[in-house]
Amino acid sequence: MVDRIANIWGSRTPYARDGLWPVRVDQVLDDGVAEADVDRWVQSACVLCSNGCACDIAVKDGAMVGIRGRAQDLVNHGRLGPKGLFASRQGVSNKDRLISPLVRDNGQLVECDWDTAMRRIVDRSRSLLAERGPLSHGFYTSGQLFLEEYYALAVVGKGGIGTPHMDGNTRLCTATAAAAMKESFGADGQPGSYTDVDSCDALFLYGHNMAETQTVLWSRVLDRIAGPDRPKIVCVDPRDTEVARHADVHLAIRPGTNLALMHALVREILARGWEDTGYIRDHTRGLDDLRKAVEPWTAEAAAATCGVPAADIREAARIFGTSDRIVSTVLQGFYQSSQATAASCQVNNLHLLRGMLGRPGCGVLQMNGQPTAQNNRECGADGDLPGFRNWENPDHIKELARLWDVDPMTIPDWAPPTHAMQIFRYAEQGSINFLWISATNPAVSMPQLPRIRDILTKPDLFLVVQDLYLTETAQYADVVLPAAAWGEKTGTFTNVNRVVHLSDKAVDPPGEARSDLDIFLDYSRRMEFTTLAGAPLLDWTGPEDAFEAWKNCSRGRPCDYTGITYDRLRGGSGIPWPCNEDHPDGTDRLYGDGVFPTDPDYCESYGHDLLTGATVGAQAFRAQGPGGRAQFKTAPFHPPHEEPDEDHPLRYTTGRTAYHFHTRTKTGRSRPLTNAAPRAWVELAREDADRFGISEGDLVRVTSRRGRIEVPARVSGIAPGTVFAPFHYGYWETGGSPGPHPTAANELTLTEWDPVSKQPMFKNAAVAVEKIGDATGPAPAPTTTASRPAMAPGATPVPATTGGDAAQATETPGAEPAPRFPDAINAREGSQR
Amino acid sequence: MNLKIYLGMLHQAEQTLAESFRQVAEGHGAEPDVHFLCRTLAGQCDRHGELLHPVLQRYGESREDNEPERLHAEGLSTTREGPVGLLRDLQDLYLLASLVDITWTMVKQAGSALRDKELLEVVAKCDAETAIQLRWLQTRMKQAAPQALVAAR
Repeated sequence: MVDRIANIWGSRTPYARDGLWPVRVDQVLDDGVAEADVDRWVQSACVLCSNGCACDIAVKDGAMVGIRGRAQDLVNHGRLGPKGLFASRQGVSNKDRLISPLVRDNGQLVECDWDTAMRRIVDRSRSLLAERGPLSHGFYTSGQLFLEEYYALAVVGKGGIGTPHMDGNTRLCTATAAAAMKESFGADGQPGSYTDVDSCDALFLYGHNMAETQTVLWSRVLDRIAGPDRPKIVCVDPRDTEVARHADVHLAIRPGTNLALMHALVREILARGWEDTGYIRDHTRGLDDLRKAVEPWTAEAAAATCGVPAADIREAARIFGTSDRIVSTVLQGFYQSSQATAASCQVNNLHLLRGMLGRPGCGVLQMNGQPTAQNNRECGADGDLPGFRNWENPDHIKELARLWDVDPMTIPDWAPPTHAMQIFRYAEQGSINFLWISATNPAVSMPQLPRIRDILTKPDLFLVVQDLYLTETAQYADVVLPAAAWGEKTGTFTNVNRVVHLSDKAVDPPGEARSDLDIFLDYSRRMEFTTLAGAPLLDWTGPEDAFEAWKNCSRGRPCDYTGITYDRLRGGSGIPWPCNEDHPDGTDRLYGDGVFPTDPDYCESYGHDLLTGATVGAQAFRAQGPGGRAQFKTAPFHPPHEEPDEDHPLRYTTGRTAYHFHTRTKTGRSRPLTNAAPRAWVELAREDADRFGISEGDLVRVTSRRGRIEVPARVSGIAPGTVFAPFHYGYWETGGSPGPHPTAANELTLTEWDPVSKQPMFKNAAVAVEKIGDATGPAPAPTTTASRPAMAPGATPVPATTGGDAAQATETPGAEPAPRFPDAINAREGSQR
Repeated sequence: MNLKIYLGMLHQAEQTLAESFRQVAEGHGAEPDVHFLCRTLAGQCDRHGELLHPVLQRYGESREDNEPERLHAEGLSTTREGPVGLLRDLQDLYLLASLVDITWTMVKQAGSALRDKELLEVVAKCDAETAIQLRWLQTRMKQAAPQALVAAR
């Protein structure tokens, strides 16, 4: 047994370059349940980060009693992380679950039946559509529903109502991944694969604390590091993360300066002649503009802007310029910071310059934050059109209209789909009066919370919230709909590297809770949305109907699912799309042939100017020549709009810890996880702590121009001048509102977004810090992660984070050989179901 | 040579546009993208003025020509409020930026006739940015128009 709170990544199973990552099956069963007691194991995949670890749920007497990783799956080779082990079922099997719809009567939320709740929604929806039209309606969904649910919502919103105001919290987590791939390659679609970790000899992590955000993928990296020929690691992160501790080069740059660093890396590659001129000539366009843009950014210039030594920048560039096989991963440190799309495109550019795409060990992973973010992007329940279609291409709109048998004019294509921050602005201004929020908690996760609370409580806004629990957001709702959770419904979802998994229903949902799919289908039925032929717009009876409809929508597009069936997904490994007649077993990595989806008739986007977000437009895009080439795109560096000054002398950044997911609606209900990271904290560098007279555990007030938090201080290894707060800690346990000591990191963040991806900027603000109370003990921050204390000499050591009896998991080395693509796709276990 | 008339017009138009971008940035602080980008674009206009400086030194700059102003483009005196107000302010910026754009084009024509490489380099740099300013304004206005004109109260 292993304490998987103390040992987040579990035991090492080292392997060599080009080897197969050994199998290790991680398993937890409830106290008193033995394997022999389990009635059945139900196939699924974990939804507590974007990694998409395949798992089986143990069911006994109609309840979920355990979980184990699936040995034969290409994603995780049997492993699970602490969140999957200790919060997947514990996070949903809880007495706090909503078991009945609620409606607001005389200011109070009261229980009611489904008919009452749905009727109230439909009445308001109908009257607003009649009076004000579709632009009065907004939908804000999630990165945590299933593919079938997003597709249903997309058809209802875009083909039934016809509103452009649809987005997901994917806007906060993964919009830049999609935007950067659209700009560079012409369409969304992850070029690389996790299998590239097996073969690389250098791994670059850009603003990606993989050790905490995708713990199982990091286990794979740790096993390469522990092997005989470890890859070089380069880490760009202002914090002293686990990744940084293993790095050959750690660039702890100032928040808000990513693009300056990236310009210097690109410039260095070009100046040293490390680029692949043949690849550039045959497969790209735009090198001259790129060269011009990076010209001023010598290593010294970037060093001055970013606050790291020029020699380290040169060394990072040398590793990139001279390694044979390179993997880059990118996440929120880039996506949620200044000039997000431009900085992330530079990562793509580096790989294009060296022709490092489409071969084993040569890949880009523009990561996702959430388990099903990819599906929201594919299905178009966010600011995209279904099937990676291009909203500026009238033929793509007509295709959708034909698929759905609706008038093409219904589908909003006159302007870019409205992004989440703009949806909330329209609600603030009173032109959106109907907002339906599903499976997300903006009252904690959006920037500048005092403003978000004002919007959610506006009397002229009719708010529907659909969730598992009465979240901070749900308490403001006019109607609350209880949703079925993971394990209580069937559907598919797709992880970062395009692997599609099926998650089967294991148990019944509690009380009256219903699947999100059933709720959307019920709304569509009650609204009497019809096709041109007069049939119901959505006549699906269950998730498999929805999946088959989606396959039709995906046909011929980059995310082609036509070769996947529920049946194929049962019993073996997940399948990476595209999977169709040409690729019957799916596709491990894209662009092996150097042909990119930039054909003007096929591409998902004609692109943008990366400084302003101005659209390029069809005509100018076509004028650039025939498609098929990737594009070097960039923008001039611009300093962050809020920089430290006398009143707010420190830079503020936010993020996550290994032990929690989002606003803790699930992980906060797991005892091992909550014990490991029970309450909010803020991290300060030793220099800054000394300067402001702050010691470990002292209560401090952190103030920005927008608000304040009051939490204990952890003195950590973070870069001096930078302050970090985890964004998980809202108020649901303490009455739902901030109270005298606010803890939500987003009280302080500013309302600003990237001009192209529209992803909000959570990682740069100016703050002041002051001590307001003496420590009563160390800060409630884990010692096993980036928040590890930096102890002053002679100080009392902070007790190590452990999980004890409640955090024991078994780790069984695989008896069978590790799964390999494509053999794993068609291998089936004997008697799984 | 009458080029100095156009150089004077151009210099004036960039200054007017810079001031108007600043005006809109300050007047629409509740629209963060408009606020921050208009400040950035005002800075671009300032730099265009600086880049023009050596050219103005060589050819001179006339602001009092024989053709008095008939169409007045004096910039935004103040900003409007609300969704339609934002749209109209952006539209005014669009008109001012169009004036800058077409004036650069005429200056480029003269520069080509003069075979003035230095002038043409300045035009190429600045006019490309003006073109993007116009495209951004159009992108943002197209986004705002349906909500402002149909749904806003």
